Amino acid sequence: MMAGDNIEDIEIQLFLEALHRRYHYDFRKYAQASIKRRLVQARTQLGYTSLSAMQEAVLHDETVLPRLLNYLTVQVSEMFRDPSYFRALREKVLPHLATYPSLKVWVAGCSRGEELYSLAILFREEGLYDRTLFYATDINPDALDAAERAVYPLDLIRTYTENHQKSGGRSSLSDYYRAAHGGAIFDKTLRERVVFSDHSLVTDSVFGEMQLVSCRNVLIYFDRDLQDRAIGLFRDSLARKGFLGLGSKESLRFTRHAASFAPFVPAEKIYQRAEA
Amino acid sequence: MNDGGITAVAIGASAGAVQALLHILPPLPASLPVPVLIVVHVPADRGNALVSLFEARCDIVVKEAEDKEPAAPGTVYFAPSDYHLLVERDGTLALSADEPVNYSRPAIDVLLESAADAFGGGLVGIVLTGANHDGAEGLRAVAAAGGIAIVQDPASAMSGAMPAAALARCPDARVETLDGITAFLVNLVPA
Ligand SMILES: C[S@@+](CC[C@H](N)C(=O)[O-])C[C@H]1O[C@@H](n2cnc3c(N)ncnc32)[C@H](O)[C@@H]1O
Repeated sequence: MMAGDNIEDIEIQLFLEALHRRYHYDFRKYAQASIKRRLVQARTQLGYTSLSAMQEAVLHDETVLPRLLNYLTVQVSEMFRDPSYFRALREKVLPHLATYPSLKVWVAGCSRGEELYSLAILFREEGLYDRTLFYATDINPDALDAAERAVYPLDLIRTYTENHQKSGGRSSLSDYYRAAHGGAIFDKTLRERVVFSDHSLVTDSVFGEMQLVSCRNVLIYFDRDLQDRAIGLFRDSLARKGFLGLGSKESLRFTRHAASFAPFVPAEKIYQRAEA
Repeated sequence: MNDGGITAVAIGASAGAVQALLHILPPLPASLPVPVLIVVHVPADRGNALVSLFEARCDIVVKEAEDKEPAAPGTVYFAPSDYHLLVERDGTLALSADEPVNYSRPAIDVLLESAADAFGGGLVGIVLTGANHDGAEGLRAVAAAGGIAIVQDPASAMSGAMPAAALARCPDARVETLDGITAFLVNLVPA
């Protein structure tokens, strides 16, 4: 059989098309191998006999959508994930940012807020929090709700604490949360200066004049065209000499916007907006 | 001889992986006409020690797999720690930060299943030594797509559980010693 004749491939394309036409969630140009895995996983775990059956359900029943989104988007994160990234921000980027009277930071694809609060704590430790406005965006409404609640399982706190220390933390992570009901509830003051919003890097437009955009482990799920689109958005959303931080396995190497950025801390995938 | 239209090799290994790969990879010539994609279970914080270990001992190019890079012949690609390694239909490599599968990230099943999709009958899937059952589903997918499924002889493996689990799931897989696997791969080079 030829690769393109495979029934499952046809179903995947039709499913993603249906999702886009019905709900405007556009996964059509996500990296295929991974989206296929997640569709098959959703089908099995939600109990449909085929992707076509799952398509019928999501077209006619809106309540299926949120559950489906939790499979199609990957909510895997950690506070201070890759501590060396946060250390590089702390030691190399924040000293530059400290020269600005006010700052805007965009955390794109913020998941349940782990990366956002890591940055908020970092900015607080370095004395920049009070002059910074954070924009935390994602396409998954459940994730955004969780980000606003800022409650994380207590059994993860040990890892988060170690990560925070390795990032050069100047305080104790326990200064920022209290334990209650089996969870660690992070301090409300960490989100006083945060605006949460539903924003898609695939279908929505620029966010003005950021000094720092942190978008980690999101582009990895996009194909090259989508990566170009998202990086174009970052370029247009960054102020002159603004910074862009990506995930440890992401880079600007394969995009057509590479010339708009200069490597700033190459090992940590931190770039600076270059003069155009 | 590569007359079976082999286009790629994908290997999974866990406990005992380093010794097994030290047996298999150094004899491979730089002219190997296919890419070799490898998932080894390593702790998340170990970085890419495997690349430097094997680079120094191999003629074939050894590197860490990067997202969106085309899989080139004559090259061994190791999955980075803490990311899954997948292959797209167009033969480019893809990484993902999805949840662990079989408690592992990278997971062998994830590599083998996506490689089976991408390379179909052109794929050789190999499950080596290991103490868990990752790779069993993947190897079955390799065989189902018409590829060649090989397991390391569980009796001669440092840890036989993983190849045994793969063999149970994929009973038609060839059973080979490390010498047999090495000879098979070296023979992929056109005479
Ligand atoms: C693997 S998580 C990364 C979380 C965090 N940035 C980190 O690195 O730990 C990927 C996130 O990207 C979000 N996402 C997926 N597609 C998106 C899109 N088109 N626009 C914005 N966010 C998206 C997902 O909902 C998910 O929260």
